Amino acid sequence: MATLANESLAPELDTPQRVSSIPLEEIDVSRPSLFQNDTIGLFFERLRREDPVHYCAESAYGPYWSVTRFDDIMAVDTNHKVFSSEAKLGGIAIEDMHRDQSNLELEMFIAMDPPKHDAQRKAVTPAVAPSNLLLLEPVIRERAAEILDSLPVGEDIDWVQSVSVELTTMTLATLFDFPWEERAKLTRWSDVTTAIPGSGIVESYEQRREELIGCAMYFKDLWEQRIDKPGGNDLISMMTNSPATRDMPFLEFLGNLLLLIVGGNDTTRNSISGGVLALNRHPDQYRKLREDPSLIASMVPEIIRWQTPLTHMRRTALEDTEFGGKRIRKGDKVVMWYLSGNRDETVIDRAEEFIVDRPNPRHHLSFGYGIHRCMGNRLAELQLRIIWEEIQKRFRFVEVVAEPERLLSNFVRGLTRLPVRLHAH
Amino acid sequence: MVKLTFVGADGRTYPVDIEAGSSARDAALCNDVPGIDGDCGGVCACATCHVHVDSAWIDRVGRLAEGSMESELLQFAEGATEDSRLACQIALEADLDGLVLHVPAQQY
Repeated sequence: MATLANESLAPELDTPQRVSSIPLEEIDVSRPSLFQNDTIGLFFERLRREDPVHYCAESAYGPYWSVTRFDDIMAVDTNHKVFSSEAKLGGIAIEDMHRDQSNLELEMFIAMDPPKHDAQRKAVTPAVAPSNLLLLEPVIRERAAEILDSLPVGEDIDWVQSVSVELTTMTLATLFDFPWEERAKLTRWSDVTTAIPGSGIVESYEQRREELIGCAMYFKDLWEQRIDKPGGNDLISMMTNSPATRDMPFLEFLGNLLLLIVGGNDTTRNSISGGVLALNRHPDQYRKLREDPSLIASMVPEIIRWQTPLTHMRRTALEDTEFGGKRIRKGDKVVMWYLSGNRDETVIDRAEEFIVDRPNPRHHLSFGYGIHRCMGNRLAELQLRIIWEEIQKRFRFVEVVAEPERLLSNFVRGLTRLPVRLHAH
Repeated sequence: MVKLTFVGADGRTYPVDIEAGSSARDAALCNDVPGIDGDCGGVCACATCHVHVDSAWIDRVGRLAEGSMESELLQFAEGATEDSRLACQIALEADLDGLVLHVPAQQY
């Protein structure tokens, strides 16, 4: 894996001309630098056109298939009987779970097949179902307002740290009923879970392992405080009190916690940042939004599509199967590139563009489809709606004043820094 | 044409007409019936067109088939009951003329 860390140092200029001249079999869309440089779209555009179900024989993650068109991704995502999410087969990301001994063998329901998946998912779903969100809305709004009111107008600030991280961390702390003053721990654990060594977040898999064990010990304390105290509607109380989850083995306990932390953190954080970037890159759309704030309703799913905060999900074939004219063999790794499907012009009109009043804006792949569809999708939309309603009340323009910095990751499509200046009404 | 009625969570009724062979999801979306999202496009992949079939109609529409994709998705929907179906999986043929479907407060 050392090559991964060094790869970003290699000079690499991906122009449309260069990308179109690479032999198809040499295309490897898993390289994290392509996402950090934000040139990945050129590769996906070519694959969608020329080889939509593409085999890459050699990569840092071994051989894998890339599924790049919208409808093909939908077909894999809804066929869990052939395409498994099981952790022991590799799990749900291009980098195998349970890969080596320095990696914790975490168990989480996103990386399980039915029936175990179903029982565990059902235990925690009520926390993020619409009726519980109605209770959360005023709390999230109050916190969003506090964050925005504390920002200086007319000065350069980093939107990622000042707003995106703050709001998602606060929401997560609320969902877990987590000790408020220590909530930054949640952000750290979320970042560590998806980090690769050399990304600037952790130096080694050993460090990641140590930090995650620390996370587990912390939650174990909270768990013990809340067990046998029925009635709490926070996620920990729900897990301690449901028969499906209360007696989970340690690595399953930790895995499911991290799933909820990452699921509710990185993703919404990067959508909050991505929305600001999208509006700055499409000033006509920003103008439309200013003139009609009711467009926030359709802008929110459009932000989630445009950003696609998780670039992919991965499955493992349980049997030999024909797909898109290719022969996929039992055990093969199949990667559904949501980021590519969300730019598929045959399904989404002017897919490269950010359009705040797009008809049918929820028809996107960012949440996945089928039984593993994002459980927190309505919470994500709620947070984005609230933050944009509160932004529009206060600021005429959130102006991006320098190029953003992006995360070195092929899984989380993240902005690590987004310098902005706020302009009041 | 087939006639059917959606009943909103607030009790409002939405009578609609649609060409035979269409799905109940399309009937709702084509007629702007509120409360049916249908995010996935009508291919039984998301559970955001959840409806409760009126008790007078459930036998004719048919209950969820055990082990089907539809039942696997609906098990996670909020407030799903024995009369729950996904509207995209209800094909409106002449025998369902007059069908009544109840829309839940929210889709998830």
